[in-house]
Amino acid sequence: MKVLVAVKRVVDYNVKVRVKADQSGVDIADVKFSMNPFDEIAIEEAVRLKEKGVATEVIAVSMGVAQCQETLRTALAMGADRAIHVQSDAELQPLAVAKLLKAICDKEQPQLVILGKQAIDDDCNQTGQMLAALAGWSQGTFASKVEISGSDISVIREVDGGLQTVALKLPAIVTTDLRLNEPRYATLPNIMKAKKKPLDAVTPEALGVDVTPRLKTLKVTEPPKRKGGIKVKTIGELVDKLKNEARVI
Amino acid sequence: MTLDINRIRETLDHLLYRWLDVERLTRYPRYAEHDRATFDGVIELCARLAAEKFEPGNRLSDIREPAFDGTRVSLPEETAEACRAYNASGMPAAGQDYAHGGMQLPYIVEMAANSFFSAASIGLKAYSMLTVANANLLMAHGSETQKRVFAVPALEGRYFGTMNLSEPQAGSSLSDIATRAVPDGADFAADPLGPRYRLTGTKMWISGGEHELGENIIHLVLAKVPDEAGRLPPGTRGISLFVVPRLLLDASGAPTGERNDIALAGLNHKLGYRGTVNTLLNYGEGRFPLRAPGGTDGAGAIGYRVGDLGAGLKCMFHMMNEARIQVGLGAAMLGYAGYLASLDYARQRPQGRPTAEGATPAKDASQPPIAIVEHPDVKRMLLAQKAYAEGALAFELYCALLVDEQHGDQPARADEARLLLDLLTPVAKSWPSEWCLEGNSLAIQVLGGYGYTRDFPVEQHWRDNRLNMIHEGTHGIHALDLLGRKVLMKDGEALRILFGRIGATAAAAAAVDGLQPLARQLSAAVEIVALATAEAWRSGSARAALTNATGYLRAFGHMVLAWIWLDLAIVSAQALTAAGTAADFHRGKLAAARYFFAYELPLVAAWLAPVRACDSLCRETATDWL
Ligand SMILES: Cc1cc2nc3c(=O)[nH]c(=O)nc-3n(C[C@H](O)[C@H](O)[C@H](O)COP(=O)(O)OP(=O)(O)OC[C@H]3O[C@@H](n4cnc5c(N)ncnc54)[C@H](O)[C@@H]3O)c2cc1C
Repeated sequence: MKVLVAVKRVVDYNVKVRVKADQSGVDIADVKFSMNPFDEIAIEEAVRLKEKGVATEVIAVSMGVAQCQETLRTALAMGADRAIHVQSDAELQPLAVAKLLKAICDKEQPQLVILGKQAIDDDCNQTGQMLAALAGWSQGTFASKVEISGSDISVIREVDGGLQTVALKLPAIVTTDLRLNEPRYATLPNIMKAKKKPLDAVTPEALGVDVTPRLKTLKVTEPPKRKGGIKVKTIGELVDKLKNEARVI
Repeated sequence: MTLDINRIRETLDHLLYRWLDVERLTRYPRYAEHDRATFDGVIELCARLAAEKFEPGNRLSDIREPAFDGTRVSLPEETAEACRAYNASGMPAAGQDYAHGGMQLPYIVEMAANSFFSAASIGLKAYSMLTVANANLLMAHGSETQKRVFAVPALEGRYFGTMNLSEPQAGSSLSDIATRAVPDGADFAADPLGPRYRLTGTKMWISGGEHELGENIIHLVLAKVPDEAGRLPPGTRGISLFVVPRLLLDASGAPTGERNDIALAGLNHKLGYRGTVNTLLNYGEGRFPLRAPGGTDGAGAIGYRVGDLGAGLKCMFHMMNEARIQVGLGAAMLGYAGYLASLDYARQRPQGRPTAEGATPAKDASQPPIAIVEHPDVKRMLLAQKAYAEGALAFELYCALLVDEQHGDQPARADEARLLLDLLTPVAKSWPSEWCLEGNSLAIQVLGGYGYTRDFPVEQHWRDNRLNMIHEGTHGIHALDLLGRKVLMKDGEALRILFGRIGATAAAAAAVDGLQPLARQLSAAVEIVALATAEAWRSGSARAALTNATGYLRAFGHMVLAWIWLDLAIVSAQALTAAGTAADFHRGKLAAARYFFAYELPLVAAWLAPVRACDSLCRETATDWL
């Protein structure tokens, strides 16, 4: 069984991004990028499936600028067998990514696609669901446990207020939540081995996908600054402020 | 308050790729399979391991220092977790040949990657540093069997290693060690693990000397083999090297089930580096008597000789230059961690108001307080720390590159690198140990009273860093080495190479707008150091020359660091004319360089005054006057 894993190159979680002066977006020049943490969990899950003998091949896919290949190398060093880079300098929105993944699924015929539940840059939480709709496959999102036997897959999902177990048929889409596993670190020998693993590059055009953005960003602003606190003298004053200034009661 | 790993990473990338162009190393056959992607992969891995597995245990292992109940040493679980993560990463074997499971990683990249661990927790880092030094030494001087049985498991992350030089009565002066090694039985020379001896004696200060973090501990021990009359040979030539496992192993590497006769006499309770257990070990006192494999029963720790009789110190010091780069780098990274912590605090702490523009320093109390980072005196302390820490880091990487250049295919360049590194080693060890410690003190000052508490990390940085002027040869001993030996080597050849390189930097800087005055200042510093070297030795008496060796070490170090800073300034000045978004990054480097030239380099002349005058005060003061 082939497993496809989508990995995204995002601004590192330690970076405090700043909004650009013209409000067109955040400043990402000279900041550090790394693999979306949810996608690390996705790779780890796929590699574990391979180690258990359930998966036969793990393919990592990333879309975007040339440096996405660095992210793919990390995926290969963690244990993916080969990688596909869909090269594009365009802004790739979730629908475009889902279409590209669908095109790759058509070609590679994986039984399982694992994605992060969301990417920590835009927090969309859409791609997995869109891919499931486009492919017409079952989906188990926000997974905290995945079990496969034969053509059945059981996914424990983290939902508001508890856990939900869904039983699905393969082929299926799984998106990962934080508690699914603790991703491994790439080791030095595996970093060297990753160099020799195949990494193919394709373009959206070659896959027949139009990636033109459908959504327009009007402007990006900083969250409002927190105001300094004050001391109230009486409970009455507090109630008054909550009612009339903060308008929360 | 967490360590800003990304800031360190940014500076490292700048130094490795923009300043030193380490990618060119991939032209050497040894490194041909590498490229920037593999270098970055290792650096990224170590940055994460340091942040996720080392930093969380740093304060904890400081507060819960190692304890000994008479039988076992207990360490926090976080110590074990950090060591496990490091050992599983493949880092212990990073520099080894592919054939030995290594990665043939250039030394400079290995050092850069390791630097994160020192910044995150130098006390937890020490276990792996010692283990790797131990295994590298065995790989260089051990027999094939010794490599396989003792070193390879350490490189695989299963065993830990120690270095046993010091004794209670012999620290700086190793010629006075008294640990004895006696041939064990008539067939002692026939043991497949190497000539077998019984060791008795006491080793002091042994870091990592006893714990249960791994499957075994491999001790490397210096000892003397007595002559027929039972006398220990005098001097360092009588010292031999022995490999002494905590748990005995057979020739296949399997444990025999016996514990070697090494007893933990007690732990040392230290100012800093408390994450590292430090021990007093009694070899052969009979606590764990052994059935002798072929010789005498009973007391005596079994050890196997490594290398020839009397060649112990030579083997031990073979990789000393590299070990000392690591000490210097550790000191630099503690300085860096203190700089980042105090910078972060200074940006957030409101206190005081700006000094008024007018003739009186009256302040407008109706204005809100400003962040302390705005005060010129706080900026001074931050600039000083930046100049010390980033300068030291750059210098240590330069030294590490000299190690790699010895693997190059041009013999002349390799020889030059070897000689230059020999000269620079006492500075590489001592300069960061002294000045990044001063930086750590300034970090405490920036935080004021808060810096003096355990609620902030800067007091621990200072305590941890205080060790570095003491171990691996004290400050004073390195000063003697520099002025007494290194600058004289090959008739001053090493010194000429250094002056040549400094001259080239000064010449390049003279062509860069704004850097001309610094170039002149550096040339003047070189002149005065050259003069002082000759003047110190003018009487031809070592005793006279070396009386003020420590002042010389200081001045020499500042000259070297001024050179490094000027070279860095050239790179940043050029980057600024190309103008990018990282302008602040490069302006910061230029400000640190200017700070160093304006506030630090002028001290060189003052430090050299007693050296040049061969001032005899410190020699001739009678001990009774003190
Ligand atoms: C935390 C810690 C960890 C250590 N880990 C290890 C380890 O793992 N293995 C190991 O073998 N050792 C270890 N050491 C020992 C360390 O290397 C010694 O402490 C060091 O070499 C100094 O020896 P000493 O303490 O006996 O001081 P001494 O040699 O007694 O020196 C005391 C002072 O006298 C000065 N002095 C001595 N001789 C001269 C001279 N000829 N001329 C001028 N000045 C002189 C010194 O510079 C110093 O200032 C460790 C020490 C510490 C504190």
